[in-house]
Amino acid sequence: MSDQEDVKGPGISRRSFLKISALTTSAPLVLGPTVLEVEGQEVHVYGPGKTPVTLNVNGKRLSANLEPRVTLLDALREKFEVTGPKRVCDRGLCGACTVMMDNKAVYACSVLAIDAQGKQIVTTDGLAPEGKLHPVSAAFVDNDAQQCGFCTPGFVMATKAFLDKHPNATKEDLHRGLGGNFCRCGTYAGIKGAVAQLSGGGQQKGGA
Amino acid sequence: MATDYKWPAADQRTMIGKRVNRVDGPVKASGRAKYTYDLVRPNMLYAQSVKCPYAHAKVTKIDSSAAEKMPGVVAVLPINDVGKEIFWAGTDVVAVAAVDEPTARDAVRAIKVEYEQLPHLVLDEKEPDLSEAEKSEWYKVALKETSGDPAAAFQQSEVVHEGYYGSPVIVHCCLESHGSIAEWPDSDHLFMHISTQNVPGIAEQLGKAIDFPASNIHVHQDHVGGGFGSKLGLDPWGVASAQLSKKAGGKPVKMMLDRKPELETAGCRPSAYARVKVGAKKDGTLLAWESYSWGSGGVGGGGSPPIPYVWKIPNQQKQHVNVVNNIGPSRAWRAPNHPQACVLTMCALDDLAAKLNMDTFDFVKKNIDLLDPRSKIYSEELDVADKLMGWKTRWHPRGDKTAGAVKQGLGLALHTWGGRGHNSNTDLTIHPDGSVEVKMGTQDIGTGTRTSILQVVSDTLGIPMDQINLQIGDNTYPRDSASGGSSTIGGVSSANFRAATDAKNQLFAKVAPALNAQPNELESVDGRVRVAGDHNRSLSWKEACSKLGATSITAHGTNPGEGDLTNSGVGGVQMADVSVDTETGIVKINKMVAVQDCGLVISPKQAESQVLGAMIMGVSYALYEEKVMDQTTGTMLNSNMDSYRLAGLGDVGELVVHLMSGPGYDERGVIGIGEPPTVSPGAAISNAVANAIGVRVPFLPLTPERVLEALEKAEAEGARA
Repeated sequence: MSDQEDVKGPGISRRSFLKISALTTSAPLVLGPTVLEVEGQEVHVYGPGKTPVTLNVNGKRLSANLEPRVTLLDALREKFEVTGPKRVCDRGLCGACTVMMDNKAVYACSVLAIDAQGKQIVTTDGLAPEGKLHPVSAAFVDNDAQQCGFCTPGFVMATKAFLDKHPNATKEDLHRGLGGNFCRCGTYAGIKGAVAQLSGGGQQKGGA
Repeated sequence: MATDYKWPAADQRTMIGKRVNRVDGPVKASGRAKYTYDLVRPNMLYAQSVKCPYAHAKVTKIDSSAAEKMPGVVAVLPINDVGKEIFWAGTDVVAVAAVDEPTARDAVRAIKVEYEQLPHLVLDEKEPDLSEAEKSEWYKVALKETSGDPAAAFQQSEVVHEGYYGSPVIVHCCLESHGSIAEWPDSDHLFMHISTQNVPGIAEQLGKAIDFPASNIHVHQDHVGGGFGSKLGLDPWGVASAQLSKKAGGKPVKMMLDRKPELETAGCRPSAYARVKVGAKKDGTLLAWESYSWGSGGVGGGGSPPIPYVWKIPNQQKQHVNVVNNIGPSRAWRAPNHPQACVLTMCALDDLAAKLNMDTFDFVKKNIDLLDPRSKIYSEELDVADKLMGWKTRWHPRGDKTAGAVKQGLGLALHTWGGRGHNSNTDLTIHPDGSVEVKMGTQDIGTGTRTSILQVVSDTLGIPMDQINLQIGDNTYPRDSASGGSSTIGGVSSANFRAATDAKNQLFAKVAPALNAQPNELESVDGRVRVAGDHNRSLSWKEACSKLGATSITAHGTNPGEGDLTNSGVGGVQMADVSVDTETGIVKINKMVAVQDCGLVISPKQAESQVLGAMIMGVSYALYEEKVMDQTTGTMLNSNMDSYRLAGLGDVGELVVHLMSGPGYDERGVIGIGEPPTVSPGAAISNAVANAIGVRVPFLPLTPERVLEALEKAEAEGARA
């Protein structure tokens, strides 16, 4: 153990952790961070109580007081009623909660809401105004790429992020690129058809 | 004159049989569809529960005093109180409702429960000794049956094969977990949002459970995130949410399962294992079947798989033993018992064909009469499948002899299912302004029920689908049945066809004088009501409806009812083409072909999606899925989605669907298609793997480990011989 104590990681080393002293001992009712001094630097520590969080979701600023342990997914769903992203595995394994954060597909269950502040978050709900369909969503409809539909919003976002990056994707690219999302009803043939339609390949439902 | 309810002939159909997009596709693909899990009701509380860590135990002590005092905790409810016996790990013991989910989770951690552990059994693949099974409480002898003269038939058999086959317990893994939101607007009314396949049936079940009139329970659901047979009945969570809400003064209580309990406790497909002996003459004539099978239906024991599956083998001896174990609750899983029976039967017969040096395709054709009453259907389907797969040109005898580690093979299987339409009721209203409303207490579980209903009504009334306001998913609407057993399409399409026909006839009676015609001379096509044969005498739909004056028409449609609109009994054939890497044991699906009959197809695009989905689910259970249990702890080892692996987009290969339709099929009426195509993939893929590598991998899923084990065993036996 002793030789590990001086290892400087990205966070706070064990030795420096021992040197931490609180500059302010905040009363429990006060929202906002506790400020600690770590090796002469001021570090803001949030929680365990609620703290103000502001997110930029589908172009709107949304604010709430949340415990720091609340995930982006739970904040979206329970606080802001943005329910396109679904909670299925809650462990970053199934892709049903996929959203785009600064143009990159992420599992919203694996990002803390406080860490998502200052980033542009886009969900299926925000891809197109109500009553209109984004081309990716429209391609899913045309190719019947949804049955129960619970995985669909995650797949739509994963597909959008994938095609933004790989407009001329090969089959192998596609299998890898959408390999982080799972469907139980078995809509993969439709999803492949949707991707083919979007990348100019026309409808080919059922194709490998 | 009585109305003759008869589906229109092919050349008369305008919307029935047309390829249209799913009507709820846009709301699903835009993320705007609201599922039970998505709803946030005013002042809603969140429920979590303490779960029993043991597979079999008695609750001896519950101390929830600390949780009750926690700020934010509103109600605490014992679900299995002191003295109750628990039969599987993950069973709810005490539930808590709190102002938010983190608080509910904290409260659960503060509750102390003590248990008396009881003996458990969670495994099932070991062959039970029959004489011991008859005496043991862990086993129930479910079947002992003999027909014909199997002993004599095996004597006459020139080729006999004996084999060992199995399919383990798997789970449903609905992506929307089980659960509900309960609220009491006042003490006389309960309002339930619930994730279910059975909107019409929940109120009675819940009323019984909480001793409250079913008439005062309102159930609503717009969309459900998967059920597959596991959401047909009321769950303990539904009862608990209603009771917690009552305790919390009627505030809405949301209780949805986390993924771990969803996989542990929300449904098991029973396992089935068997030693099978089959005998035939040298020319392939199938004579005799003998099986000793066993499997787990959970603590209830369960039924027995219908083996030999689809084959009327003249001489049979069968015994089945149920393993009474603590693996979890047995629930219907898409085509209950059929996939297992198909594996036990079609794999044994495929091995027999190999021993006869026959192509399995020829073996099936040779014995086609034993597939009565669907011999003709299977025979036609085999020929279609042959063309789509290129079976006859590509098939090779068992064991791919080409060089290299990767071996290719073909396999096939057959299946059947019922699928007659269930009891349905619908109310169809034509308003004087021309708008049309359909209300029906059914649900769309992702099969395309909404789309199909609208296609039928649109076709019958001659108006576009988007002019019809369809409302489903509520138990205040006319009563439909649970969506299970592939019974929904036959029920809802027949009931709505009758309602739309009656409403149209009533409208014609009002409109006929204006067109100077008799009602029976009228037809409604392309948004116009006109005199058949004299299209100059016509009114737009809207003008025609205005003749109703101030009174709308409401026609009630039922199923069953007059006219043969729905039927039962389908056949299907599937073929699989696989590659197996004999160095890694990895099985890859190259292509699958499904040829399926389902009578008259209302909505081909959605029907094909059902078949594609069934094949994909089939690939998943054939290659990956198994509820892995640990006998020491009594718990499930793979209760998350990394280790309970579902097939991914890159795993399924090329999928080809052919629906049998047209003369000989359409006139049978509408038959459900949800379950049948789920049946064959396990056997077809297992047979393709055997054809590729030359040896049988006895149990599903066909994991690399099992493939390598089978190869090593064959190699060792070869070396000994």
